[in-house]
Amino acid sequence: MKETTTKPVLDDQRTTVYKVDPEHPESESLPTLRTEELLLNMGPQHPSTHGVLKVILELEGERLVKSTPVMGFLHRGVEKLAEDGTYHQFIPHTDRLDYVCAMYNNFAYCRAVEKLMNITVPERAEYLRTIVAEVQRIIGHQFWLGTQALDIGAMTVFFYAFRDREILLDWFDELCGARLTTSWYRIGGVERDLTPALIQKLRQFLDYFPPKIDEYVVFLEKNRIWVARTKGVAVISAEDALSFGLSGPTLRGSGVDYDLRKYEPYSAYPKCEFSVPVGKNGDTYDRYWIRVQEMYESVKIIQQCLDQMREGPVMADVPSVTLPPKERVFTNLDSMIQQFKLFSQGFNAPPGEIYCGTEAHKGELGFYIVSTGGGKPYRLKIRAPSFIHMGAFDYMSRGYMIADAVTIFGTYDIVMGECDR
Amino acid sequence: MHALAERIQQEYPRGFIKAVEWRGDVAVTVTREFLHDIARFVHDDPDMDCDYIVHVSSVDWPDDEERFEVVYEVYSIRKRHRIRLKTRVPESDCIVDSLTDLWKGAEFMEREVYDMMGIRFRHHPDLRRILMPDEYTEGYPLRKDFPVQGKGWRDTFEFLNETT
Amino acid sequence: MGLIQIGRHEKDGQSDVIVTTLERAVNWARKGSLWPMTFGLACCAIEMIAAVSSRYDMDRYGAGVFRASPRQSDLMIVAGTVCRRMAPVIRKIYDQMPEPKYVIAMGSCATSGNIYDSYSVVQGVDRFVPVDIYVPGCPPTPEALFDGILKLQERIMLKRVFTKQPDQVRMKA
Repeated sequence: MKETTTKPVLDDQRTTVYKVDPEHPESESLPTLRTEELLLNMGPQHPSTHGVLKVILELEGERLVKSTPVMGFLHRGVEKLAEDGTYHQFIPHTDRLDYVCAMYNNFAYCRAVEKLMNITVPERAEYLRTIVAEVQRIIGHQFWLGTQALDIGAMTVFFYAFRDREILLDWFDELCGARLTTSWYRIGGVERDLTPALIQKLRQFLDYFPPKIDEYVVFLEKNRIWVARTKGVAVISAEDALSFGLSGPTLRGSGVDYDLRKYEPYSAYPKCEFSVPVGKNGDTYDRYWIRVQEMYESVKIIQQCLDQMREGPVMADVPSVTLPPKERVFTNLDSMIQQFKLFSQGFNAPPGEIYCGTEAHKGELGFYIVSTGGGKPYRLKIRAPSFIHMGAFDYMSRGYMIADAVTIFGTYDIVMGECDR
Repeated sequence: MHALAERIQQEYPRGFIKAVEWRGDVAVTVTREFLHDIARFVHDDPDMDCDYIVHVSSVDWPDDEERFEVVYEVYSIRKRHRIRLKTRVPESDCIVDSLTDLWKGAEFMEREVYDMMGIRFRHHPDLRRILMPDEYTEGYPLRKDFPVQGKGWRDTFEFLNETT
Repeated sequence: MGLIQIGRHEKDGQSDVIVTTLERAVNWARKGSLWPMTFGLACCAIEMIAAVSSRYDMDRYGAGVFRASPRQSDLMIVAGTVCRRMAPVIRKIYDQMPEPKYVIAMGSCATSGNIYDSYSVVQGVDRFVPVDIYVPGCPPTPEALFDGILKLQERIMLKRVFTKQPDQVRMKA
């Protein structure tokens, strides 16, 4: 809540000044402490900044006057490295962008390259992609919920959310071999199909999980401290949010229902029925509520995709672009040469430029690719939602207390791998 | 030509250079002098109504005389259309008008373009490096003549010699 | 471990006296209460958090109390890509830790720079900070991190505390 205080008359030599109470001007002036602004450095090594982020806070007492984020402590030069390798070789780099839900970055990148090459992905692959993307959304939101609760002080929710997250990480381990930085998506489809055992485990999880979300909610929604620390904190209006370029739950909290899954439907989303939760007040509590609702909606989408999915190929059949199946690579000489050539020299992309945006769980993740022909991208720009959300941090945090700075980091859901690239 | 590009051509015939529509994306190349006016038109006009800024980026074409290309992509939430505005600047005079007064989100994105490519933005409220440290002197990393492995900054650790 | 037990109580058969050297006792205390510092930089930090969570519980090795301040910790787990801009900060924090201090380079980025052979990534944190244990992987699973911590504990047991360290230390096979 923003309050204004009358500024006392300052005298540099003394630490106390005599201030008249504006409500009772006839009373005697009382001594109060002289205040001046303090510059406080928060980070880059800090338990609550969700990564290596430095923020220079200008404080007046406990209130934030201005906050200047200083980024770049995790700048790895990924956009420059992209110009050095082929399109296929960039897929592992995309994993490490938003490392909390890595497959969504793969998804966004593969969609962009498929738009550039004008490839249609087969139907089963679309369903598989959607299923795994929504599972990633669930783990991303669980991670967010755990760390946001931990920052505000509700440690129990952290352990509960991570317990359920481990079940899904084991599922990913069985699917593609890695828990965190998976690279299961390929240009033109996915690497391998889901086995019946995996599908059964997923169905069991879908029955087990919605009561668990209710559990997390029970811990938080009735808790007065949680409500007091999140309601009315970090309010942003819809107009400002659009002007800043915010997207995802951060924008939907302010009442704008912009969700790329509904505005520009892609993959298997047009065939599923789900709703997009939208908030009213634009504060932290609304954004928290939206993310919890999105977990319920993800469960619905996965259920529908599993029911609708039919047998079919999982990779598009465009031999000049897409990789051959792994069994043939190890047994057939032509396939081995094709794989080798596609990775080392790349396929021939047509000259032109495209932009393709995807609704990742943090916001709109987009890739702007400029190609001049040949196997390597000429310029690859990553539109990272975390970077753009940091632009609004100063605006959103003015007037709040220093303890709210930590809440504001969490409500933006910033990941430095994506912010700095 | 796409309807949006036609409207821009009608309103600003002197600023409009060309429009390309490919794979469903509309990209309009404009002159540097008219960039701010056309952007204001795209933002304020009720039929264009582009209130959401998607990204600001830059491309380096070292073989061309006008070496750098600045790209703004904007989207309209209500009308559901997107448009890309591009402009070219030569290396000797790489200054472009900033669009932070129209879209506040352009502030950080233009800082990144300055940091990576060296293009300056007139009337930008706080133009300084964002991803590289302020005292980085080796140049602008995303230019085509900058080596991928850098020029040696990553291997020098002068803070190890400090005795404090 | 080198502990010798004598003095069995006649009634229960349990021992209540343990005889060992002072050095072993100090090393045992040090290895059993390694307090790491929260130093997650990138993706490996997520696996470090998972290692602390309820499934892979790091607290059972004594290393579960993560301190935010370097002055109270004795283990720095550098988890994630080390960028040149972050290097002075890492070195400053390393210098602020009191002796004895240990460093684990977790993940391929901290070990050698990984796939990021670019202008702003230091090719391994050992270029400016001495490292005790390297844990490879991208990211290493929590079990691999535990393997690293257990090896560090073995190394700690071999260190000399009150006498001069010999030039070469032989690890038990």
